[in-house]
Formats: sequence, structure tokens, C-alpha cells
Amino acid sequence: MRKNRLGAVAAMAAVAALALTSCGGGSGEGDAESIRIGIKFDQPGLGFKDGNNYTGFDVDVAKYVANELGYAEENIEWVSAPSANRETMLQNDQVDMIFATYSITEERNKVVDFAGPYFVAGQDLLVATDSDIASPEDLNGKNLCSVTGSTSAQKVKDNYAENTNLQELPGYAECVTQMGGGTIDAVTTDDIILAGLAAQPAYQGKFKVAGAPFSEENYGVGLPDGTDKCGDINAAITKMIESGAWEEALTANTEGTGYTPNSETNPPELSDTCA
Amino acid sequence: MDNYLSIFTEYDVPGAFWVNIQLTFWAALGALLLGTVLALLRISPVASFRAIGASYVNLIRNTPLTIIILFGVLALYGQLGFNLGGDFQGNFFRLAVMGLALYHAAFVCEAIRSGVNTVPLGQAEAARAIGLSFLPAAREVILPQAFRGAIVPLGNTLIALIKNSTVAAVGSVATEASSTMKTMIEFRADIVIPIFLTFAVGFVIIVIPVGLLTTWLSKKLAVAR
Amino acid sequence: MSASILFDTPGPKARRNILAINVVGALIAAGLLAWIIFGLANKDQMQPSQWDDFIEGSTWANYLLPGLLNTLKAAVLGIVGSVIFGLIFGVGRLSQNKLINGFSTVVVEFFRAVPVLLMIVFFNVFFSRSLQLPGDTALWAVVAALVFYNGSVVAELVRSGVHNLPKGQREAGIAIGLTRGQSLRFIEIPQALVAMLPALIGQFIVILKDSALGYIISFNELLFFARTYSSPNGNVLQALIVAAAIFILINFTLGKIAEIVSRRLGSREKKDKTGGQAPQAAVVGAPSVLPVEPTPNAEDEPNPRS
Repeated sequence: MRKNRLGAVAAMAAVAALALTSCGGGSGEGDAESIRIGIKFDQPGLGFKDGNNYTGFDVDVAKYVANELGYAEENIEWVSAPSANRETMLQNDQVDMIFATYSITEERNKVVDFAGPYFVAGQDLLVATDSDIASPEDLNGKNLCSVTGSTSAQKVKDNYAENTNLQELPGYAECVTQMGGGTIDAVTTDDIILAGLAAQPAYQGKFKVAGAPFSEENYGVGLPDGTDKCGDINAAITKMIESGAWEEALTANTEGTGYTPNSETNPPELSDTCA
Repeated sequence: MDNYLSIFTEYDVPGAFWVNIQLTFWAALGALLLGTVLALLRISPVASFRAIGASYVNLIRNTPLTIIILFGVLALYGQLGFNLGGDFQGNFFRLAVMGLALYHAAFVCEAIRSGVNTVPLGQAEAARAIGLSFLPAAREVILPQAFRGAIVPLGNTLIALIKNSTVAAVGSVATEASSTMKTMIEFRADIVIPIFLTFAVGFVIIVIPVGLLTTWLSKKLAVAR
Repeated sequence: MSASILFDTPGPKARRNILAINVVGALIAAGLLAWIIFGLANKDQMQPSQWDDFIEGSTWANYLLPGLLNTLKAAVLGIVGSVIFGLIFGVGRLSQNKLINGFSTVVVEFFRAVPVLLMIVFFNVFFSRSLQLPGDTALWAVVAALVFYNGSVVAELVRSGVHNLPKGQREAGIAIGLTRGQSLRFIEIPQALVAMLPALIGQFIVILKDSALGYIISFNELLFFARTYSSPNGNVLQALIVAAAIFILINFTLGKIAEIVSRRLGSREKKDKTGGQAPQAAVVGAPSVLPVEPTPNAEDEPNPRS
């Protein structure tokens, strides 16, 4: 009897010890040689973690910039940077830079600095290849999908087509899956995110970006407040654009979708100061 | 304070709770019906019926509700085109009700079964002695007493259902309380705690009376033995 | 088994009838299963290409196992935290100090009534934006929500466990000169804890299931990874089924363990009651105070409110 009780207590202690050790490591202390870069892990075409491979346009730009700053690819430590945590991660020194579909806004600029922009995205629609939806005005009576708590779908409904049916799901990937099943007519968010989703192997040739962006989002490189790296990073991005590597990365990550970014704003021209 | 009060004009908080109450009501009806049928299957003399009931209960109650609701909207509707009618939003509401009902039916079944276990053997023997066969005996003698014995677990299942109705958020029911709260704290980072407390207290106000009612009912209807 | 309550041992005629119905039942079950499988096949959901991803090592190594690891991490932290929380507030509710008792009651009743999802969504924003905590705030949000809710349930388990002990336990404690608190600490709570074990395992199942809610705040748990993996591969339905199967397997095993533990505790109690086979009088068998049946079942409140 006594043994049983001790056994139970020991088991509980073991479980507790296991829990403690399993969350001990990995606080993200890089050595001097390496650089910690925050990206999305679940955004195909921009920042996606596939086992130990990291792919996407954000990742490619980050690699190029890191290389220019003197960090080889193997010295990059990739960190997951979910939208809600990006400012915090920079303020707490958990990452050195963030490339994660990070729009430059006044609000954010108060607490962090931005280099770039390295891309100018715009809110757009992803539709089936044979769809006749070309602009948000065509969405009346159609089914539109977006992410819970995002304003982009509501904006379409308020400004362009008030008879749109809105579906809200936890992620854009779910929206695209839903459209693959044919129950959704369009998905809305930034054009490059849509293109990245549509470029996935399972959806090759099925979807296209409508190509009528109706907003402007400047994707910047998130940096800790008061950084002195903006000049170097902007120079690296400019070099990437001029060398053609920027274009190449964009094409490779949106291949098969026929997507071309808004040429009026892309590629962006950069100054040598923070945005 | 004005800052806080402005959220009520900006967002429809009572409306959000009303959606959860409606979800709960329909799902509770469905779960009670299906759960009773399952309980009958599980206590029947036919082995294959018992197996069907037991498999259902063991599969469903070990699956996260999140997956069940997500399955409804992504797989049933999204991939298989399964539509429960109503307008565009109405379909998601019904799918969520279906998911909630399917999930909680397993717990209703177990609640009723535990209620059946409170019925003394003599009751069934007496029922058979006066010539009732299985179904009439169940209907007239066993189940009425079993339901009384099951009031407390059923009440607890109802409370769980009220709270779990928030999981409809993953099923594209964007007007319910947790989605509304998510949107609110997303845009009003200055008053995150007051917003959370508002919703939390809302649920306390709904749930506590149900708990008290359950206790009161179970005492009032307790079978004198 | 409840079955015996409801019907006599069947005679030859009834046995024949039952056999016939049995066959019909089995056919219905098989029919249902076939209907589902063919329904899926008709919708092009049964192609091997959609399923064989899940028998590939890389899928498991890169997505499912890391996801499962995070799910288990959240669940284990959740159960450990819940037991600590439950002990503190359970004892608080047993306290004779009106202030401590009242405070504990309010805390426990409050967190039992608030949906876990609501807490997860709140803590996620609260930790990452308001407190600006470093680290995986999504994990801590999930763990905090699980601890507050399940800890309150455990507190009730502790309280009802102590209440259901024979009165003689405390009286004996006081008789040998222990204070009320000492008797609680050294005699009553240890017994209540052992008796709670099956219910605690049941609560672990609840925690595991609820950790899947972290999916909504993009906590990288099993469901999240299953979804991330399947979205570029176009097999969402299959991924959800695989994720569900993993949860069912783990939870079913835990449920069985809970049953075995409770049966062992139950048999111990019987021995003690008959008195014949229980020589170690010091360790009085803890009666299994909590109903065994509803343990894994009760998504919430395994014990009735009293």
C-alpha cells in the first residue's frame, strides 16, 4: 500500500521534472557569429518551415540581406514571429530582424524601427482561374473568405460590395483549402500572400490573383528601436533589386500563378535611412 | 470609464452572447435526443447495438471538440459540399450546432447511463413481474428514474455545452462571444482586461444559475429510497 | 454491468431473437461504415496519394511529432499546474477562515464558469502585448488557461475528496493531538489525493483535448501542424482524421489507465471494509470517493456541485 502511494508521488514528480526540462532550453541566445531572424513559419510562399528547410520570398530576401551583412546562411537562426508578437520580440531582444509580411505603420514605428520597404503589397483577391471576378465590386452575392479578427474582408463589404457573404476561418490556408473545395469564390488579403498560397503544388493552375490591388502595404524589415543598421540593410535590398535576385526570388515563390506585383510601386526605391 | 463604455456601442456584446445561447439551445436538444438513443443502445441486450453505442462514445469523447467543429466546416462543407441549408452564415451556425450536438451526445449518453445505474435492480424486476417487456419497462419504469438520477451529470454537461459553444469560433460562426472578444481586444489593446472581464462575468452570470438550478432540481426530484 | 438490471437472462426464444437483431445491428454498423467510406471515395477523398503522406517518416518527423510534442508539453505543464493550483485553492475552500474560504470559493467558481477558449484568447494578447513576456507566449497562454480552469476542477476534487472521507479520520487525527490543519495535511489530503487519482487522469484527458484550442491562437500544437502540413498538399480532411486518431489513441489509453487505477483503489477499499485482508491499519484504504464512471466522460465538473 505504502509503496503504491510512493509510486504515484514518484510518477508525478517524474512528470513534473520532464515538463521542466522539456521547456528549459531554446531561449534563443545566439552567439556573436549568428543572427536571429524572425519569419512566419506557416505562410507558404513567404515564410514557411518545412522540416529544416525554410522557404518563401521573405526568407529569400532575409538570406540575401544577412549575407550582405556578413552572415552566411548557416549562421542564421530562424525564429517564428507570429503577427501578434512581432513588436514584443524586437523589444525583448528575442530577434535581430524580422521579415514577416510586416507592414510599416505609424503605430508600429513608435516602438520599433523599419528598414525597407523591400516589397509593396496591396490587398487583392484570390479567385479561381476561370472566375470572372476582377475587382472587389464584382463580389456582390459571392462568398468571400478571410481570417477571424482581420479587417480586410469587412473593408470589402463596407467599401465595395455590401452583399458579400463573409466566411471567417482561423487562417488563410484554410480559406484557400475551402476555395479548392469550391464553396468559396474569393479570398482576400495582401496580393503576395495570396500568390504564395496559390503557388503550392496542390493548387497549381487552379487559382489566380485578380490583380487589382486596392490598398498599399509597405513590407519593411522590423528592427529594434534606435538601430543603426537601416542604411546597410537598405543598401543590401537595393543591391538585391539591381542584381535581379529580387525579381528571381519573387518569380520563384509565386511560380505558376501568373502573378506580377503592382509595377507602379514595385520594386520599391529605398533611401538610406529608416522608414 | 467612457473609454470602456464605448465598446458597447461599437460592438454588439449582448448579441454575441445571444448567439452562444442559441447555439447551446439547439445543440442541447440534439445532444439530448442522440444521447438518449445512444444510452438505449448501450444498455440494450443486443451485443452489436452495445458495440455501436460504445464505439461512438469512445471515439467522440476522446476527440477534441476543436477538431470536430473544424471537420464540419473544412471537411464536410468545404471538401464534400455538405450543406445544412439556411443562408450562407446560417449554414455555419447549423454545422456548429451539429458538431456541438454530436460531441455532447456522448456525454449525455454516459450521464443517462450513470443515471440508469442508480436505479435499483428491484425496479426492473418489478417491471418485468407485471409483464412489461424491455422497451415498455425502459420507457415507463427505468428511464424516468434514470433521468432523475442523471440530472446532476446532465446539468454538468449543459454547463460544459454553454462554455463549449465558444468553440463555434473555429467553425466560422464569427458573431459569437469569443470571436467578438478576439476582435475587440485586437483593436482595443488599452482595455484588454476590462473586455475580458466583461465576457468572463457574462459567462459566470449564465453558468452559475444553471448550476444552482441543477442542484435544486436534483434535490427536489430525488427518488426517495 | 447495467445490462443485467434491465432484462432477465434470456431464454432460448429470446436468445434467437437477440441473435437475429444482433445480426441486423452488425449489418447496420457495417452499412454505416461503408456509407461513409464510399461517400468519401465518391468525393475523391480516398485516393492513396492523399493518405500515404501520413505513413511517410518526414511527415511525422517534421510536422506531426513536433506538434504532438508541443501538445504534450502544454498538457503536462497544465496538469502539474492544475494540481498545484487545485491543492492551494482546495485547501483554501476547506479552511475555517471565512476570508480565505470566501476568496477561494470565488476564484474556483469564477474559473469553472469561464470558457477555456475565452481565457486562451485573452492570455495570448495579455502576455504578448500587455506584459510583453519573452518566449512562446502562445504556449504560456494555453497553459495558463488550462491551469486556471482545470486547477479549479481539481480544487473541487480535493474538497469533495476530503469531505467524503470517513469522519473518524479527522477525529482520530485530533485525538492524537494534531491540529485541524495538521490533520488535513498529514491525514486527510494524502488519502483524498490517492482517491482522486482516477479522476485526475480523467482531467488529463480533458486537458489534452482542450490544448487543441491553442490552434486558434496559432500555438504550434498537433492540430496546427496537421493543418499547416495539409494545406499545401490538399488533404485537409485526411489530416484532421489523422490528428483526431492520434488524440483518440492517447486519450483512450489514458481512460483505460484511469479505469485500472480506480479498480485497484476500489478493491483496496473492499479489503479494508471487510477488514479481513487489510493488516496495515495505518494506511486506511481511501474509499474511491469519486464516481468512477464519469471520470473520463466529464468534460467538465467530474463531481457534482454540492
